[in-house]
Amino acid sequence: MLGQIAEITLLNVRNLPARLGSSSVIVVGIGGVVGVLIAILAMARGFEISLSRAGSPDRAIVLRGGATGELASGMGTESMNIIASMPEVTLASGELFLIGDVPKRSNQSPANLAIRGVEAAAFDIRPEVRMVEGRRFQPGKAEIIAGRGAALEFEGLDIGGTLKLRNGEWKVVGFFEADGAAYESEVWVDLATAQSVFRRDGVSSMRVRLESPDLTAPVAKRVEEDPRLDLELTSEADYYREESESLTALITYFGYTVAVIMAVGAIFSALNTMYTAVSTRTIEIATLRALGFGGLPVVVSVVIEALALAVLGGLVGAAVAYFGFNGWTVSTLANASFSQVAFDFAVTRDLVVLGLVWAVALGLVGGLFPAMRAARLPITAALRGD
Amino acid sequence: MSPAGLVWSNLFRRKTRTLLTLLSVVVAFLLFTMLRAIAVAFESGGFGEAGADRLVVSPKFSIIDPLLISQLREIQAIEGVEAVTHADWFGGVYQDRSQFFPQFPVRPRGYFDLYPEYIIDADELDAFERTRTGAVAPAGMAERFGWKVGDKIPIQGGIYPLKDGSRLWEFDLVGTYRTGDSRDESGLGVFLFNFDYFDEAREFGEGTVGWFIVRIADPEQAAEVANRIDVAFENSLNPSRTSTEDEYARQFAKQQGDIGLMTTGILGAVFFTILLLTGNTMAQGLRERVPELAVLKTFGFTDGAVGLLVLAEGVLLCSAGGALGVALGVLAMNALQPMLLNFVGMIEVTWQTLATALAFAVALGLVVGAVPALSARRLAIVDALRER
Repeated sequence: MLGQIAEITLLNVRNLPARLGSSSVIVVGIGGVVGVLIAILAMARGFEISLSRAGSPDRAIVLRGGATGELASGMGTESMNIIASMPEVTLASGELFLIGDVPKRSNQSPANLAIRGVEAAAFDIRPEVRMVEGRRFQPGKAEIIAGRGAALEFEGLDIGGTLKLRNGEWKVVGFFEADGAAYESEVWVDLATAQSVFRRDGVSSMRVRLESPDLTAPVAKRVEEDPRLDLELTSEADYYREESESLTALITYFGYTVAVIMAVGAIFSALNTMYTAVSTRTIEIATLRALGFGGLPVVVSVVIEALALAVLGGLVGAAVAYFGFNGWTVSTLANASFSQVAFDFAVTRDLVVLGLVWAVALGLVGGLFPAMRAARLPITAALRGD
Repeated sequence: MSPAGLVWSNLFRRKTRTLLTLLSVVVAFLLFTMLRAIAVAFESGGFGEAGADRLVVSPKFSIIDPLLISQLREIQAIEGVEAVTHADWFGGVYQDRSQFFPQFPVRPRGYFDLYPEYIIDADELDAFERTRTGAVAPAGMAERFGWKVGDKIPIQGGIYPLKDGSRLWEFDLVGTYRTGDSRDESGLGVFLFNFDYFDEAREFGEGTVGWFIVRIADPEQAAEVANRIDVAFENSLNPSRTSTEDEYARQFAKQQGDIGLMTTGILGAVFFTILLLTGNTMAQGLRERVPELAVLKTFGFTDGAVGLLVLAEGVLLCSAGGALGVALGVLAMNALQPMLLNFVGMIEVTWQTLATALAFAVALGLVVGAVPALSARRLAIVDALRER
C-alpha cells in the first residue's frame, strides 16, 4: 500500500512541470492568504510589543483619579510629596506630559507629538532608556532629546536641528532608545523649562519604583484610601496593557476576517486546480486502477500533491511577509495618550507557524474533494475517455 | 443559437469550474467593498458631512491648549463671519470605556444654529436652553442605551472633576436630536450638554473652550476669513489655527496613520491573486474547448466573433461575480457595523466604492478574457480539429 502511494505520488510529481501554470495557482492563492494574515497580525503584535515593553512590573504609574491617560491627568506638588515619601517607594519621578502639533515627515500633515518633561529621576527609574546619539538635555535650557521612533516620524527631529513648539525653538541634542518601548515615540525635555515655557503648574503623572512588584496592590489601596489624595496608582504593565488592548484586538479581528474571506477564495481556486489536475489525468488514473492500484493510494497521492503545493505557498507567503514587513515602522494615534506611537511590524515565529498551519488546512480541504472524485472514477468509462 | 446563448451555455459547460471561479471573484469583491468602506471611514474621520460654510478655530499649537471664551466676541466682529459658537472635549465615560462616545459642552441655541442639519424639536431646544443641567443626545444613541427624556445620565468626567472633587457628573436628558445621516441608525453622534453649567461646576479651566465653530457668509472666502481670524490672535496668549471643517476632519484622520496604506496593500495582494487564479482557470477552460471553437469557425463564425465570444464569457463571469460580491459586502458591513462602532465610527459603503468596484469587475473580465480571446481568434481550424 505504502509502495503504491509512493509510486503514484512520484508519478504525479514527475508530471508536475507539465502542469506548472495551474499548480502555481495554488501556491500563489495560498501564499496570498498566508502573507496577508501574517502581515496584519504582525502589525497588531508590533503595537502590543511596543506598549508592553514600556511597562515594567516593578514600576507603577500615578494618575489623577478617573483620568483616562497621562494627558488628562494632573497633580500638585503636595500630592507628589506624599507619594514620594511613602516608605515602599524607592524612586519617584514627576513628569509633565504634553502634546504638540508637529508635521510628519511622510505627509507634512501636523500630528500629535508626545512631549515629556522630566528630571534626572526619569532616567534612573527607566534604566532601559539610553542615549544612542548626542547627549542628554541640560537642565534649564530649551534642549530636546528624541526617541528613535519620534525622530523617524517627525519633521525637524535631527541632531543639531531645531523643533518649533509654540513660539519657542528647541534644540535637538540627542536621540535615545528604550528597547523598542513606546517611549521611543516621545521627545523629552527638562521639566522646569517645560513648566515655564508651556505655562503649566505641577506635573501630569508620576512614575514610582516600589521595593517589590508585590507591593503594587497594597500601595494602590493606600493611595486610594488616603483622604488627602485624589490619585490612582496602577502597575505600569497593567496600564500599558489596557492602553494597547483595544487597538490590538481590532487589528487582530480585522486580520482574521480578511484572511478567512481570502482563504475561502483560495480554497475555491485550489479546488478548481485540483479538479482540473484530476480531470486531465483521468485516463492515467483509470489505467492505474485497472492495473490493480487501490482507491486509497490515489486519494492520498492527490492530497499529498495539494498539501505540498499549499505548504510551498505558505512558505512563500511567510517569506514575503517576513522580508517585506518585518521591522517596518508605522505609526498611529494611541487612544489614551492621544499622541503618535510608532511601532515596528513584528513577524514572530508563532505567527509564521500559524500561517503554515493555515496553509496545511487549506491544502487539505482543497485536495480532499478532488481526490475523492478521482478515486470514485468508474474505470471503464474513464478509460474510454468519456 | 444566439451569441448570448452560446456564451451562456459555454459558461455552464463545466458547472463546477464556473461556480468555483465565480465564487473566487465574489470573494475578491466582497473584500474590496469591506476594505474600501473601512478605509473611507478612516479617511473622513467618521465625523459626518462637513459644512462648506463652516470653519473650525482650534488652538494653534496643540489640542491641549485652551482658547478663551472671551475670544468669541472678537471672532464675531471679524469681516465675513456670520455666526460663532464653541464646544469642548469633555472626555467622560458612561458606564465603561468600551462604549465610548464623545460629549461636548455647548451653547444650546448657538450650536444648533451652526449645525442646521441637526434636527431638534423646538420645545426640546427650549428645554435644553432653560435647564441648567440639561443635555440632548442623538436619537440613535438614546435608543442604543435605552434613555428616555427625563432620565438622569451619569457620566464620569475623564478630564474635569466637579468643584467638590467628585468626578460624577449627572445630566438631565431633556430631548433628542437627529443627525440626519447614518449616525442615527448606528447610535453614534455627540452627547451635548449645557456649557453654562459645565463652566460653573468644573474644578478648573473656567472661561476656556476647546474650539470655536464659525459660519462664514461666503464659502469662497474661507481661506481669507480663516487668515483674518488667525492674524487677530497671532500675538495673544491664545493663538489660533483656523481651517475649514473638511480640512480639520482630514487632518485628524491622517493621524490614524497608515490604515489607508495597509488596506490598499491588502487590496493589491487580493486582486493580484484573483487575477492570476481567474486568468488561469479561463485559459484552462479554453484549452479544453479548442475543438469546439474550431467547429464554430468551420460553421462560418469569423475570427473576431469567436474572440468576442470568449471575451464576453470572461466579462460576464467577472461582472456577475463583482456585483454579487459588492452586494454581499454591503450586507456584511451592515452586520459588522455594531462591532466596529467604537473603533472607526460611522461606516458607509459610498456610491464611489460601488462604482469603483463594478468598474474593476468589468476591467478584470477584460484583462482575464483578453489572452484566451486572442488565442481563440488566432486559432487555425485545421490544427485545432486535428488535435481531437
